[in-house]
Amino acid sequence: MPTYQQFPLPDAGEGLTEAEIVTWLVAVGDTVEVNQTIVEIETAKSLVDLPSPWAGVVTRLLVETGTTVDVGTPIIEIDTDPDGTAPADGPGGASDERASDEHASDERASDERASARADEPAPTTGAVRHVGGGLRRSGVEPGGADEIEAAREARAAASEPAASGPAASGPAAPEARESVLVGYGLAEGTGARRARGDAGAASAVTPAVAPAATPVAAPSRPTHALAKPPVRKLARELGVDLDSLTPTGPGGIVTREDVLAHAAQAEARTLATYPGDDQPWLASGTVSSDGRQTRVPVKSVRKRTAEAMVTSAFTAPHVTVFHTVDVTRTMKLVEKLRGDKEFADVRVTPLLIAAKALLLAVRRHPEINASWDEDSREIVYKHYVNLGIAAATPRGLVVPNVKDAHRLGLHELAAALGELTSTARAGRTSPADMTDGTITITNVGVFGIDTGTPILNPGEAAILAFGAIREQPWVHKGKIKVRSVTQLALSFDHRLVDGELGSRVLADVASVLADPAQGLVWG
Amino acid sequence: MSSSGLPYASAAAPAAPSSPAAIPGGSAAAPVPTTDGRAAALSSPARASAPGVLPAVEGGPLADEGLVQLLTPSGERVSHPEYDAYVAHLTDDDLRAMYRDMVLTRRFDTEATALQRQGELALFAQALGQEAAQVGSGRALKPQDHVFPSYREHGVAHVRGVELTQVLRLFRGVDHGGWDPVAHGFHLYTLVIGSHALHATGYAMGVQRDGLVGTGDDERDTAVVAYFGDGATSQGDVSEALVFAAVNQAPVVLFCQNNQWAISEPTTRQAAAPIAARAPGFGIPAVRVDGNDVLASYAVTAAALERARRGDGPTFVEAFTYRMGAHTTSDDPSRYRSSEQEEHWRRRDPIDRLRTHLEARGALPATFVDGLQAEADAFGEHLRTAVRAMGHPSAASMFEHVYATPHAGVEADRTWFETYESSFLDAREGSHR
Repeated sequence: MPTYQQFPLPDAGEGLTEAEIVTWLVAVGDTVEVNQTIVEIETAKSLVDLPSPWAGVVTRLLVETGTTVDVGTPIIEIDTDPDGTAPADGPGGASDERASDEHASDERASDERASARADEPAPTTGAVRHVGGGLRRSGVEPGGADEIEAAREARAAASEPAASGPAASGPAAPEARESVLVGYGLAEGTGARRARGDAGAASAVTPAVAPAATPVAAPSRPTHALAKPPVRKLARELGVDLDSLTPTGPGGIVTREDVLAHAAQAEARTLATYPGDDQPWLASGTVSSDGRQTRVPVKSVRKRTAEAMVTSAFTAPHVTVFHTVDVTRTMKLVEKLRGDKEFADVRVTPLLIAAKALLLAVRRHPEINASWDEDSREIVYKHYVNLGIAAATPRGLVVPNVKDAHRLGLHELAAALGELTSTARAGRTSPADMTDGTITITNVGVFGIDTGTPILNPGEAAILAFGAIREQPWVHKGKIKVRSVTQLALSFDHRLVDGELGSRVLADVASVLADPAQGLVWG
Repeated sequence: MSSSGLPYASAAAPAAPSSPAAIPGGSAAAPVPTTDGRAAALSSPARASAPGVLPAVEGGPLADEGLVQLLTPSGERVSHPEYDAYVAHLTDDDLRAMYRDMVLTRRFDTEATALQRQGELALFAQALGQEAAQVGSGRALKPQDHVFPSYREHGVAHVRGVELTQVLRLFRGVDHGGWDPVAHGFHLYTLVIGSHALHATGYAMGVQRDGLVGTGDDERDTAVVAYFGDGATSQGDVSEALVFAAVNQAPVVLFCQNNQWAISEPTTRQAAAPIAARAPGFGIPAVRVDGNDVLASYAVTAAALERARRGDGPTFVEAFTYRMGAHTTSDDPSRYRSSEQEEHWRRRDPIDRLRTHLEARGALPATFVDGLQAEADAFGEHLRTAVRAMGHPSAASMFEHVYATPHAGVEADRTWFETYESSFLDAREGSHR
């Protein structure tokens, strides 16, 4: 008969405690070989491929993409004997879920934890809280989504009985990595010291075999409805009150069907939908029950971008100054360099000149190339310029930087910028490429935008927005001429950069762009 | 990182004439401590041939000029005036046996890495890419020789008959290594970088004092090998070992696998000249060998071991190779080295090289290849099963190997510990956690 094995998230480094599920490379129903790569995870150290420990058929993915889970959390269930007959009892009573829910139920599991914990206080967890008796580890059956929840509860509970529980013969270690079913005790030894005989020092002699694991007796209609987390989530989404339902599941639990049946009766017709509106807009998304929204987990680059932007926007007081400038001479220089044999192997763009102009400005005003160290209450002035370039990539916004850009000649700078952007576009920007930037340029001009108020890359004091270059009427030598004009914006961190400094830096950048020969004077 | 591009790729041209000077023959009888050796190696553009002096190499520590090579990367056998003699007796069967060793070592690597990713091992260090250096040198050993490995010498362990699951007991964290170092002539793995170069040198000095050197009896004369990496040469211990080995003429081969990476630190950040160029400064002759060439690794080690057993003193071997994998399973090399560099070395895979050679000779029949594949698969399965079934050793085993002979203090500790253990209620069930 089918044998379900659950693979707990391993520690892929040394002493890591958690990892994010980045990509599942297998789906429910897939046949996997031993050591076939099944999932890509991201630890604090690196991206790691995990190989399957078993051959078999994937029956469930227990953790959703984009979720960060603790080491030891089961992440996938594999039937290692798929040719067997139907499961006798279903692992953990979850077999009814498996057929209809597949991974949908699991995707919800993590989101559901918080609410499940709130809805579901005493009755079922009571039995779990007998920790640390003389229990041997009884073959713990996999129970899927419930089990993750149970393990967390158990872990939380494990520290409590140490104070008052019957088996408190010593301080209980609160770490309990094993997964347990609701209603079953933890394995012996995971939470408490070994019991000593009379040779032991003092403490109350407790019976080695404590009646800790009395399984939950057939529930006698509890005050709150019993339901699995995915079902709870479904009920919440559909606005169904679980307590008002008559449970039909084994042991008096509310099943998915109970919820759906109730919802079908109660629900008014949903708003008019267009054909196909109930399909997810993105492959990684799920559609809300009314078919009118796609929800996509926030992960990887998006997640980091969000964190960085929130950190920056709400710690560094931003000020932005603007400048409109005639860059006709810069355009002529770009034109000329493009025809120059020496520059034949690199891309010459107005951005290159802007980058050089910013480097020259930094050289004249090194105080701009700094960061605020909140912990030590110090301003850190950098002796080097790692010039960041905000790049739109298929994976999202990344800001790799050109290391020691202040040392580079124009040709080297062009080559470095070219390599940086091509690496970013190919999605191969490494974490090292993105760390330790000191100042950044965002080239909003490529989108045809005049300018904006950029948010600082965290840890930097200034960011330059380079706008679109347009031909415009412009007063040139006392006459109205058609000239190439652009707008520059510089946001800076007002904690360490005052308006004067920020304005001077921007004026210098503009000055070089207006007349690149100025670079000779300052270079 | 750009400096670690591929400077060695272009330095191939005038290699041939310099190779005979790799080990100065004249130094064999009485190595001359050359005080000017290092300066000469660094500055003289001429192909130096003074005793104990390595030819100057323009390309710095990564130059592949002057490497002893018997098989080219395309598997072509090239002749070498000095080292041909050391491989002349090898038959196709011998070559196939080397091939098998390398394939099984790599399978071990792959399987152990997967086991770590499955949570069965705490850590693992791959030998990936270094199989030729290890199997070639390991096969040159005699049963009485003694090896002091670091923690990456799985290929040598395999050749020395160590059951490789024992190695995994260490990486699973249940034991320090379960094999008998004396029975296999293979010491326990040393995790401290470079310290075992001193242990090996000391052991070799013991061999010397036991009169097991220079007797002319092939069964008796003994050599010692210390395996360490390029990173270890930055440790003082290795330099100390070189001093002691040289002044005592210890029968030790200092075998440095230069895999070009000390975790994330490239060789270029640790040496300005080839690492082997240091040894002549200590008075130890040195040779640089293509570490991805199993035949050359065998020949060069065999010659060095012979010198040691004859009583002619230590030799420093730099096997120039490449760590194709990560430093350990906790490391992510994509953070510090380019995929171009990795690809360059993937095309120089040591196993491919021997396979191409055997195929060209028509010496690799399909039956052998299939049989080896099946053997490797069974080996993989064996490793998985064995690792998952590994229990914990009894706590009392910690007293077993403290001293070679009975010791009253240890016995007292053991007695106390056993009493203490038996005071636990669950001890009656005979279980140790």
